[in-house]
Amino acid sequence: MARTTLTRTVLAAVSAAALFALGACSSDAGTQTGGGGETGAADDGVITLGFSQVGAESGWRAANTKSIQDTLTTENGFDLKFSDAQQKQENQIQAIRSYITQGVDVIAFSPVVETGWDAVLQEAKAAGIPVILTDRAVDSSDETLYESFIGSDFVKEGEMAGEWAVEQYDGEGYKAVELQGTTGAAPAIDRKEGFESAIEGSDIEIIDSQTGNFTRAEGKTVMEGFLNAHDDIDLVFAHNDDMGLGAIEAIEAAGLTPGEDIKIITIDAVKDGMQALADGKINYIVECNPLLGPDLAEIAEKVIAGEEVEKRIVVKDEAFDQEAAVEALPTREY
Amino acid sequence: MRDVLRHHLFWPVAALVALLVANTVARPGFLAVTVRDGHLFGAPIDILRTTAPLLLVALGMTLVIATRGIDLSVGAVVAVSGAVALSHIASSPDPESPVTVLTAIGLALALCLVLGVWNGFLVSALGIQPIIATLILMTAGRGVAMLITGGMITTVNSAPFKVLGSGFWLGLPVAAVIAFGVFAVVAFVVRRTALGMLLEATGINPAASRLSGVRSRTLTWTVYTASGLFAGLAGLLISADTMAADANNAGLFIELDAILAVVIGGTALSGGKFNLSGTLVGALVIATLERTVTVLGISPLVTPLFMALVVIAVTLLQSPRMRERLTAARRRQVMAPPEPQPAARPDSTPDSTEVKAG
Repeated sequence: MARTTLTRTVLAAVSAAALFALGACSSDAGTQTGGGGETGAADDGVITLGFSQVGAESGWRAANTKSIQDTLTTENGFDLKFSDAQQKQENQIQAIRSYITQGVDVIAFSPVVETGWDAVLQEAKAAGIPVILTDRAVDSSDETLYESFIGSDFVKEGEMAGEWAVEQYDGEGYKAVELQGTTGAAPAIDRKEGFESAIEGSDIEIIDSQTGNFTRAEGKTVMEGFLNAHDDIDLVFAHNDDMGLGAIEAIEAAGLTPGEDIKIITIDAVKDGMQALADGKINYIVECNPLLGPDLAEIAEKVIAGEEVEKRIVVKDEAFDQEAAVEALPTREY
Repeated sequence: MRDVLRHHLFWPVAALVALLVANTVARPGFLAVTVRDGHLFGAPIDILRTTAPLLLVALGMTLVIATRGIDLSVGAVVAVSGAVALSHIASSPDPESPVTVLTAIGLALALCLVLGVWNGFLVSALGIQPIIATLILMTAGRGVAMLITGGMITTVNSAPFKVLGSGFWLGLPVAAVIAFGVFAVVAFVVRRTALGMLLEATGINPAASRLSGVRSRTLTWTVYTASGLFAGLAGLLISADTMAADANNAGLFIELDAILAVVIGGTALSGGKFNLSGTLVGALVIATLERTVTVLGISPLVTPLFMALVVIAVTLLQSPRMRERLTAARRRQVMAPPEPQPAARPDSTPDSTEVKAG
């Protein structure tokens, strides 16, 4: 009897281990890029940079990851240690701690949420490792905890979207619905604020607003609900392309023509979104530039060289209407 | 009247009706179904379609729970299924060809079947606790899906595949036809043969049922395999809905929704007696609840709280002990003479359709 139990336990352990190994492959491939020297890597001209990414939740994020991995290469003098936090703060904190122990030269990350970073950033500071934030900010009273924050101005993005809507549709009494991003995330809060302030004073009215969690699937179901709840929707403002693409599906299923019966404005300008814009299903997209790799490389080099860097670096965002999308599409990098 | 009140489906159905009434009050045309572009259109049709994946997953979950198990890996299997199908379509030279799409569906379902067999192997052959055995795949599965999609969200344009998510057949959504069809077949097989009774026997006492000649081990293995297969099918419907395979978010927490649907439907997590029609109502309640949030315009900040309150209300009304208290209180109020019936154990009240099966 005891023997059977033992055999079973061993078998179970082996099979479990086998499956875990299979699952772990994906993250290993990312984290163990290069095994560069750990102390004073800057002496030999190679900058070891630990990057903790939010996850792979959207097309935007995938483009962002690619930009960073393609820029911070060995040829460019970097040894990149990359990890994916799968949208969990504790994974990011763990990754940052491990970078501190490994003694990397620079730590960079896109915080999943705004708060709760003081302790781990203090540790990095104590270890003398500079920290650079990309894409999203942290909410901390102590600004010395990080060197610089590179990213888009989300409020501005919302404003650009709102201004265009006012320019095009003011005076027609448009009723708009809003597909918000993840509740509590900085881009969702700021884009909402920017859009609302831009349409103030016009006769465009937001009649409903719900979260679609930045995903296509939820964008679609929420839009279906909006279509059930209101007869007279003229305009959809989605906080990212993916939710806008979901809304297109819902609008088509309702027998309406997206881009004509219901106008759509989104933010991000990822490939699928741009394609829909070129096809006339979306009316306007404000870009949120994911290609932060070059900026990150430049700032990291400056920080290591001891130069002063700006605390806030705003990435320039463009905006596209349908004609611009047709032109831009063939040369888009993402 | 009392029989109606005491029917095991009374409270779940009441919840469903209440939600529909709330929607109709907020939006008088809510239940209207019209024909648009040659198919039915309206909120009830949307609800049927969004219920489809959850219904499939909950169906597998009900069978697993009947054998005293639980399958936490279904969400991960959903992600794997979508990842396999869309990766295959995306990498094929002709994404629009029905052959490509059928191969993709076949590959995805085959892999999910294997994952189900794996769960069944851990639970029935190795005797590992179901919650632990399926936890392995729950954590590792999304990693596998990420590996398949290379960490990206795979999107494709393929008309034949899109039919699964947004197509219509005889005016009804294809997704709903598939899910309700599978449900009907399983319900028929389980309730018109001895299979249902054998499953219940396994859940009530595996050792005793084995000694009396029931092949519990094979049965357990089968239900995990079925659960994996149904989750795979759900994964296809979910990925066809948006034409995107999102390894991180597809089917996220669907295992919890499925368990909830099973519980709302009146199947106890302790195994044994199970109730497929209850699961169907449970899945509909959850899908309608999600739609209600949008129609009532509930703020995203209080949405989780609102949903939790509804779920608490339904499960409380459903709980035998709570019902017993309510009945007792009501009886005291009307001062009715005490009845001789053993009100102490309403959960074991013989239910003709359930017990007579087989």
